[in-house]
Amino acid sequence: MDVRLINPFINATANVIETMAFMKIKAGRPYLKKDSVAKGDVTGVIGLTGVANGTISVTFQERCILKIVSNMFDEEMKVLNEEIADAVGELTNMISGQARKELEETGKIFHAAIPSVITGKNHTISHFTSGPKIAIPFYTDDGNFTIEVCFDK
Amino acid sequence: MDTSIKVLIVDDFATMRRILKNILKQLGFKNILEADDGTTALEVLEKQDIDLIISDWNMPKMTGLDLLKRVRADKKYSKHPFLMVTAEAQKQNVIEAVQAGVSNYVVKPFTAEAISEKLKKIIK
Repeated sequence: MDVRLINPFINATANVIETMAFMKIKAGRPYLKKDSVAKGDVTGVIGLTGVANGTISVTFQERCILKIVSNMFDEEMKVLNEEIADAVGELTNMISGQARKELEETGKIFHAAIPSVITGKNHTISHFTSGPKIAIPFYTDDGNFTIEVCFDK
Repeated sequence: MDTSIKVLIVDDFATMRRILKNILKQLGFKNILEADDGTTALEVLEKQDIDLIISDWNMPKMTGLDLLKRVRADKKYSKHPFLMVTAEAQKQNVIEAVQAGVSNYVVKPFTAEAISEKLKKIIK
């Protein structure tokens, strides 16, 4: 996989969370993820097509996404529910859009599908292609989340 | 900026409708209606007198761009302010929206200030 595809997703994730949820986040070191078990409790997944085909996913720990959505709504959210799932879908959508904008500036055009959301302890993430899955952990004062980027080339 | 006008927010994500509604309320708007797709938005536009449309782009059933084209083809709404608020930030998207007659364009993620500034430009 072209590693130059990774950075725009890291930048986009930081921008989206910091702008919409007013939270400081710190990106960890990317690593090759070998299994399909999610590193959290709720995941947004979106398919991308273009110069490469693949998916990105964003998985949040419960505590982390409750804080993010509470900040977005200016109202305390206490449980994982439909509202949280909807918010994860929209956050995934925004991360995809921001990253595609940065990729376009380097001549790489991508189109995105409608995101889907999976919830539950130890759920699995199905990426649409069999390429390597690069995971990037993000740390906040209120729990962690992880993005996975998987392209066929 | 006249905040007594009637606003229609169109987005398939309840999250985004809620965030935009919160921002509009903070700015003083009180007459705010919602639709979760373009088809429903057209029904609202037919039944109500809407003064400002704020729409997402990427929605099932009917995209925000198709909604914009339908609105601009309608004599009742051909000149009404239409703000596109979308994650679709690629140049071609912006060009298509401008060609279809969008009044202004906000890329997600956004701040409340960005929405306020854009609204001031398109509302008398």
